[in-house]
Amino acid sequence: MSRQIRRNSRPLQGLQKKRTGIPGFDEITRGGVPAGRPTLVCGSAGAGKTLFAMEFLVRGANMFDEPGVFMSFEESDEELATNVASLGFDLNQLIADKKLILEYVFIERSEIEETGEYDLEALFLRLGYAIDSIGAKRVVLDTLEALFSALPNEAIVRAELRRLFRWLKEKGVTAVITCERGEGKLTRYGLEEYVADCVILLDHRVQNQISTRRMRIVKYRGTSHGTNEYPFFIDEKGFSVLPITSLGLTHKAPTEYVSTGIKRLDTMLDGHGFYRGSSILVSGTAGTGKSTIAAHFVEAACARGERALFFAFEESQDQIIRNMRSIGIDLEKFVRKGLLGFQNARPSAWGLETHLALIHKTISDFNPAVVVIDPITNFLGVGDVIETKAMLTRLIDFLKTRQITGMFTSLTSSQSEIEDSEVGVSSLMDAWLLVKTIESNGERNRGLYILKARGIAHSNQVREFLLTAHGIELIDAYVGPEGVLMGSARSSQVAREKAATVEREYLTERKQRELQRKQELYEAQLQALKGQYESEREAILRELDEEQTRLRLAADQRREIARLRKADDGMRIEENGARKARKGAAR
Amino acid sequence: MKQSSTKKKRQQPSNGRPPQAASADPSRWNLRLYVAGQTPRSLTAFKNLKDICEEYLKGQYHIEVVDLMENPTLARGDQILAVPTLVRKLPQPIRKIIGDLSNTERVLVGLDIQPR
Repeated sequence: MSRQIRRNSRPLQGLQKKRTGIPGFDEITRGGVPAGRPTLVCGSAGAGKTLFAMEFLVRGANMFDEPGVFMSFEESDEELATNVASLGFDLNQLIADKKLILEYVFIERSEIEETGEYDLEALFLRLGYAIDSIGAKRVVLDTLEALFSALPNEAIVRAELRRLFRWLKEKGVTAVITCERGEGKLTRYGLEEYVADCVILLDHRVQNQISTRRMRIVKYRGTSHGTNEYPFFIDEKGFSVLPITSLGLTHKAPTEYVSTGIKRLDTMLDGHGFYRGSSILVSGTAGTGKSTIAAHFVEAACARGERALFFAFEESQDQIIRNMRSIGIDLEKFVRKGLLGFQNARPSAWGLETHLALIHKTISDFNPAVVVIDPITNFLGVGDVIETKAMLTRLIDFLKTRQITGMFTSLTSSQSEIEDSEVGVSSLMDAWLLVKTIESNGERNRGLYILKARGIAHSNQVREFLLTAHGIELIDAYVGPEGVLMGSARSSQVAREKAATVEREYLTERKQRELQRKQELYEAQLQALKGQYESEREAILRELDEEQTRLRLAADQRREIARLRKADDGMRIEENGARKARKGAAR
Repeated sequence: MKQSSTKKKRQQPSNGRPPQAASADPSRWNLRLYVAGQTPRSLTAFKNLKDICEEYLKGQYHIEVVDLMENPTLARGDQILAVPTLVRKLPQPIRKIIGDLSNTERVLVGLDIQPR
């Protein structure tokens, strides 16, 4: 038990690593090559082995102050110095500063006769002397396999190489040994058997006439490392590896907004725009104004004083600037200020990985807040859908970790379902704008929808999209009982509707007037009736009065008669009845 | 191998250099033996060389022994990898023979003393 614990605890001391200084390489190896041990770099001709090895030394000398020895079996000192001078490495200066020694080992088999036993002690002595004279910490043996072709006795070479690797370890130098790649093997002479700690494979493959350089850590004993194939490329600054993979969804989510540059589009997006660091897909058929939306977005970013990068895969920088000027977007002034950068390249210029690598590198150098890729669909000509999606996933992840807002345009073919983003990346995107041409009545009009905007309350309505001399304008599309109308149909419909409204207003007015008239009529009639009633009542009352007067006169007469006849009771009764009758008439 | 050997044969007369001239001239054959330390193999090589020279190049040779342990920088000039290495500096062109020189036949071929 205790023995087991001891055995387990040994690796915990950790493998010491040495940074190469090559951009990206130290990330994928989590710290560089194993310190004090040899590392094998294999690859076919032209894979970049020598350059990798040379950069290991030059960067070691310049960045980490570690002198190095480059033992070359193929190229002479002058050739090496000339070859890397184009990358900005001044080998002669480093040699003068005692930071680098170039040791050229030239072997010509035809000059050599072999007789009896020998060893390669002279090689050891030369290397040892070079290492000691400048206190080298790093050693490169460039294509050590040349020994196999130079010396006929393979058994001696193998034994000596094994001794060499042991000797290098004892010396405590960190060595990079390059090897030709063999058929079905990592190296032609099986050197990986001797150097078992770290094996790096450089690959240069051509697919659809497009070449891509890739690197893979085949083996790295005692440490974790990235196992994928990483694209790398060699440009005027040397070797760089891209550690971009989908490293996980751990990026931060800013709550800050960035304007789209189109006021009404911002309004549609809850009045703010997109979240910073989000990725936005703008898809649409040809000529729908996707690039123009992107140009607005870039212009707005630059106007805020932010840096922006425009990756254009269809148009040149001048063409974009000219075209955008025609709709009132002046990008040139931002280019002059250094806020806006363009990177224009045909998609077929490089493989997908190289594109990704270049985008990655350009972004790292320029450090923008906003990036536009116009369009992503063109990558489909270089790789298939799966590859393109994988590449875009990595690109989006990279942008997100840097909190760069990315806008990607995507061309959809008019046959396919419009919501069908051809690259199949819509699920990766945080926001999706769809520009759709709507064809009716012999004209094409553009409609803009927000298909999705994660975390933003957004309008679900279509807007008509106009390209004017002062940029994009969004207009409410006509949505009514006759469907969605746009363009001239919309304006004629609006006119029709206006006419109908006027008509209705007129009708209402007329009705009101009629009512008025009716009221007046009835009131007049009422007045007349009232007058008639009054006169009739008058007449009736007069009649009643006359009747009463007659009755009174009759009663008086009767009373007179009664008085004359001396009657009592009956007369009183008659008098009461007369009074009653008079009262009723008055009422 | 055979082809190349016939080539060499043809070259010889053009050099106008008979392998075994009679006159004594120690500067005619300038030989340099590179060794690394006084190892048994170094000593064997030197002894073998001396024997061959005495037999075939008597009075016409000069041997210089370079110990790379003492002068490692000298290995670079003659592009020495293996030890022991015998370098024929003169007559031109430079020839190299690696190993302890135990196979006399091959040494003679390598030095162009004997045709292949």
